[in-house]
Amino acid sequence: MDNAKLQMLKETAKNIRLGILEGVHAAASGHPGGSLSIADIMTYLYFSEMNVNPADPKNPDRDRLVLSKGHTAPALYAALAEKGFFSKDELKNLRQVGSFLQGHPDMKGTPGVDMTTGSLGLGVSAACGMALAAKIDGKDYRTYAILGDGESQEGQVWEAAMFAAHYKLDNLCFILDLNGLQIDGKITEVMNPTPHDKKFEGFGFNVILANAHDFESIEAAFAAARACKGKPSVIIANSVKGKGVSFMEDQVGWHGSAPNDEQYEQAVAEIKASL
Amino acid sequence: MAQKIATRESYGNALAALGEKYDFVVLDADLAAATKTGIFKKKFPERFFDCGIAEGNMMTVAAGIATTGKPVFASTFAMFAAGRAFEQVRNSIAYPHLNVKIGATHAGITVGEDGATHQCLEDLGVMRTIPGMVVLNPADDVEARACVEWALNYVGPVYIRFGRLAVPVVFDEADYKFEFGKNLTVREGTDVTIMATGTMLYMAIEAAEKLAEEGISARVTNVHTIKPIDKEDVIEAAKTTGCIVTAEEHNIFGGLGSAVAEVVCENCPVPVLRVGVEDKFGKSGKVPALLEAYGLTTENIVAKAKAAIAAKK
Repeated sequence: MDNAKLQMLKETAKNIRLGILEGVHAAASGHPGGSLSIADIMTYLYFSEMNVNPADPKNPDRDRLVLSKGHTAPALYAALAEKGFFSKDELKNLRQVGSFLQGHPDMKGTPGVDMTTGSLGLGVSAACGMALAAKIDGKDYRTYAILGDGESQEGQVWEAAMFAAHYKLDNLCFILDLNGLQIDGKITEVMNPTPHDKKFEGFGFNVILANAHDFESIEAAFAAARACKGKPSVIIANSVKGKGVSFMEDQVGWHGSAPNDEQYEQAVAEIKASL
Repeated sequence: MAQKIATRESYGNALAALGEKYDFVVLDADLAAATKTGIFKKKFPERFFDCGIAEGNMMTVAAGIATTGKPVFASTFAMFAAGRAFEQVRNSIAYPHLNVKIGATHAGITVGEDGATHQCLEDLGVMRTIPGMVVLNPADDVEARACVEWALNYVGPVYIRFGRLAVPVVFDEADYKFEFGKNLTVREGTDVTIMATGTMLYMAIEAAEKLAEEGISARVTNVHTIKPIDKEDVIEAAKTTGCIVTAEEHNIFGGLGSAVAEVVCENCPVPVLRVGVEDKFGKSGKVPALLEAYGLTTENIVAKAKAAIAAKK
């Protein structure tokens, strides 16, 4: 990756993190921890990997993203706004009556949102349907789905995994956000879903390991997914919940609570100073 | 005796026939032989996808396919479509208003020997509570095939209920026209209106014939569209005949009886009596014995009709 691209991605990720914090702070509710952990992945998807056009959000040949861990909608909204699907001014209306930025993604209301999600375990199946439709129609768009590590406790994730491998959906790429935390604590203590790599291998996936906060690693992972033919890929992305805000990092308490004014100011200052 | 055909058979035949003219996908969850989507599969294998025994995944896969513009029929037993996969249907299909048709077969107690776990008596109720969901319950082969074609041409989620058991063909194909959301008057009458849906229609017609022998004039309407319910016709029935009996192969809570009572209570209160399964689970048995045991009979409709007339002021 050349330096210009790396700087662009870092700058964009910074803006997306600021957008996440702005929305969650304005709403005084939402899920900052898991939004920040996928901020870099989201950046790479919308600013390097995916073929999407904000001027033509419903183009039938576009790549698709399903945010299966729908509670981290602030990351998706910040990325869509940054990309130009709608004005960044909207972010402060997150979770308000009358806003199209629902607490969880709503494909009917929000430009650029490819699938309605929020109930865990469902989005991955929808992504399978999109990928299958591409195969039926002979289209070459790709479908991506971001799922949570806690979400992988849902049985439907594995129903979807079975389906994806059975129908050889090599145009499908799951990204598992492995931040290690869920509402009630560490995933390994609440209900251990690991080892994800062996499970997905067993289900017939091409398994790729990546560092969710290193763009070189992310780029290599998506390239490996693209190169794999005959089976679906999963990128197991090792991440830090709350990444970028010191007091949120690896803290389960920031799964679903918003910063107060003072915390917000500190968080913004830290993100701005990070480059 | 009229010819008998199970509406699930009509479903499979309709899909296979429509496949010639329209581009759509059919999904099933390892029940293609029973839901009769196998008829479509044989003819259009490239547009049929088995999802295995994973109904929740199937419903959301259907939603994903539908986002790309292709209509999808997702099929399984009513118990698993409306029960197991309720949340997927609600959140993945209905909330985004995607173009998925849920073909739910083996509804009601006429599943017979398999018993309570497979006899879904709640589907009309739960599907009716989902905003924007269209709920259809055809009465015979002619109507079932018409419902499938209508559903394919309608853009949005539709739940269609089919039965396992062969039921008499009531309608004449040449004369029958499916009008969405409009009850179909099968027989005119003045003393009571019997509103029947699905497999209970032929019994309602028999009941009206028996009532006529006793000098009672019963109107019979066929309610193929459970949601949106035909308010106008329900109000008309309440006003003109002064009482209503509903008949359905479903719990008396939540289905046709509830839908009719809601309209009547709010608009023109008159006696409404319900024939249906009275808040019980089903059980194994031969179908005629089950229908008898749960009061889903011509005789019970006759008795309820008389009671409704007696309850008029």
